Amino acid sequence: MKALPGSFDSRAEAALADPSLQKALANFKPLFVAKRAAAVAELPEFERLRDAAAGIKDAVLCELDVWLERYADKVESLGGKVHFAKDAEAAREIIRDICRKAGARTVCKGKSMVSEEIGLNEVLEEDGYRVVETDLGEYIIQLAKEPPSHIIAPAIHKTREQVADLFAQNHPGRPREDSVAGLVNEARHALRERFFQSDVGITGGNFLIAETGTSVIVTNEGNGDLTQTLSRIHVVTSGIERVIPTLDDLSVFLRLLARSATGQDTECYTTLSTGPRRPGDVDGPEEYHVVLVDNGRSKMLAGRFRDMLRCIRCGACMNHCPVYGAVGGHAYGWVYPGPMGSILTPLFNGLAETYDLPNACTLNGRCQSVCPVRIPLTDLIRTMRNEQVKAGLMPASQRRMMAAWGWVARQPGLYRALERLGSRMMRLRAGRRGALSSLPGAGAWTEGRDLPAPAGPTFIDQWKSRGREQ
Amino acid sequence: MSQAKRPRVGLLATCLMNVFRPNIGFSAVDLLRAAGCEVAVPDSQTCCGQPAYSAGDDELAGRMARQLIEQFEGYDCLVSPSGSCVGTVRKYPQLLAGDAQWAPRAEALAARSFELLSFLVDVRQVDIQARYPGRATYHDSCSGLRQLGVKRQPRELLSKVDGLELTEMEDAEVCCGFGGSFCVKYPKISEKMVDDKLRSIGASGADTLLGGDLGCLMNMAGRLKRIGSKVRVWHTAEVLAGRTDGAAIGEEESR
Repeated sequence: MKALPGSFDSRAEAALADPSLQKALANFKPLFVAKRAAAVAELPEFERLRDAAAGIKDAVLCELDVWLERYADKVESLGGKVHFAKDAEAAREIIRDICRKAGARTVCKGKSMVSEEIGLNEVLEEDGYRVVETDLGEYIIQLAKEPPSHIIAPAIHKTREQVADLFAQNHPGRPREDSVAGLVNEARHALRERFFQSDVGITGGNFLIAETGTSVIVTNEGNGDLTQTLSRIHVVTSGIERVIPTLDDLSVFLRLLARSATGQDTECYTTLSTGPRRPGDVDGPEEYHVVLVDNGRSKMLAGRFRDMLRCIRCGACMNHCPVYGAVGGHAYGWVYPGPMGSILTPLFNGLAETYDLPNACTLNGRCQSVCPVRIPLTDLIRTMRNEQVKAGLMPASQRRMMAAWGWVARQPGLYRALERLGSRMMRLRAGRRGALSSLPGAGAWTEGRDLPAPAGPTFIDQWKSRGREQ
Repeated sequence: MSQAKRPRVGLLATCLMNVFRPNIGFSAVDLLRAAGCEVAVPDSQTCCGQPAYSAGDDELAGRMARQLIEQFEGYDCLVSPSGSCVGTVRKYPQLLAGDAQWAPRAEALAARSFELLSFLVDVRQVDIQARYPGRATYHDSCSGLRQLGVKRQPRELLSKVDGLELTEMEDAEVCCGFGGSFCVKYPKISEKMVDDKLRSIGASGADTLLGGDLGCLMNMAGRLKRIGSKVRVWHTAEVLAGRTDGAAIGEEESR
């Protein structure tokens, strides 16, 4: 996916001024948070599961090459084909090639963030395939020609009314539906036809199991199952970091994923796929491909952001992020929004192009406190700021201010004098009102709130003049 | 240190407190003395370096850290009425990890640095003798809550204040939108976040807002004042020390 036009600031301002979006966000915000909290409260071992999951991921990342080889060997021994793609373009070419050789016309897709990351739909549509997103949220935004705004709830920014309008435009000959159940039914009806026509079914891969050569997807709609069982060819797209050793390990992650994501004990469908159809099997694809996408991930292995490769894409960080809750996912400008995106997007798309992302964060730590694989998200966001500083990306004005402040702060006498001066000036300006409604140089503060004025001379001055007794 | 009969506490007078709210400093001194501590306010202290650290300027933050370590390592412990400043001091070991000379000194100071309210419960016991007639709600500032585990301590202390009724608000643990320079870099987003917070405060029915970090309190008090709210805002230390005769944060003086 190409980055969205405009700056973070302009997209965020537009989001704040969009009443439908604000309504959708207000509906969504409390939902996942409360559900997760309730689900976690019912599972006393949840914290230990988080430790275990982080440990499994860390162990795999220590020898990722070995696990990838084991996984690939197993898949190929079962008749599947594993493709390694070093970047987005390579991944797109591999999949285009599969579709071309299959003589495909219709390509159905289960939800896959990696396919968004590599910008797959655009090229397949250019090649003339009918590409159908089958996850309800993805289907909605495909009709709206918008990118996802959340990794597990891609159309969370849309209100029910907007979806009803969209369906009415795109499903001619059907009466307008307004209820949620009616809309879901309408989508199901439209999609069912497509499933039967599908030549190539593309899904993501939540987990890849080395021991058995299995790919695992979890969904709530069953669309992933239909995509992969009704298509002649099944293509799994996944990041290289998704491999885990065994089925036992999978059970650890499955207990964490749904609870962290939606607050469900488990998703409605957990589907394990192992190889193509064997002689005697009643169903399954004729061909089974796995496209393992690197796209910058192996570089992360060696750097300060390695912990980010533990991510299982549950979305808990954005569900709990108050900035995401205020502006929604599109403000972040690319596939991965919220805290995880503020780390991944700079790594994938460049630090300079994404300067705002790690800065538009209050470092409040809520994301980190809920991450099922204990990624120190807040620390990594701050580390990303340090990378920006080291790359000379901090704006010159801010750099000068920081340097001047730093110099003064190391001259205690001068620091005191300036504090004293500032205090006096603000008190003079405030009079007895106790607060300032404007202050030269502090416009960004006072545009939305008053500035409480200093209540008397500085503490240290008073402390000294009172002889340190009172 | 906690066993020491009369520990010598170095009070870290945070920049915001020093300039905007000296009353918090005097409240902290009162409370620390009531908890049997000897209190000193090192003259040469300036800032813990949090603005530099948060901005990712590790070099400058490191220099600030070394300066503060020198100023405070002579005391039995460092105490400050701010979770985020103490949180920064607790990050010093990580910040100076590559410096063989300073890393152990950073470790030693970080281990003896405490946020005031948790210090008064977890390390020293204090007899609270204060009266505050009102219905208060408590905002858990993020740094104190998530970096230092400050949650039950202020509530425990406030339960001993005569006349004060504590009523919990929804989303007490959600950021108020301050975030240091965040609030001036992204003022519109910050405003939206503080408005969400104000809605929770309003719904709680409280007439008083309390917290443990002045930055957050100034943000919320400033917004409350802007919209004409009558909710009074105090740092918890002020209430615990009974220093609530004057104007609350951002309030007119005549009151």
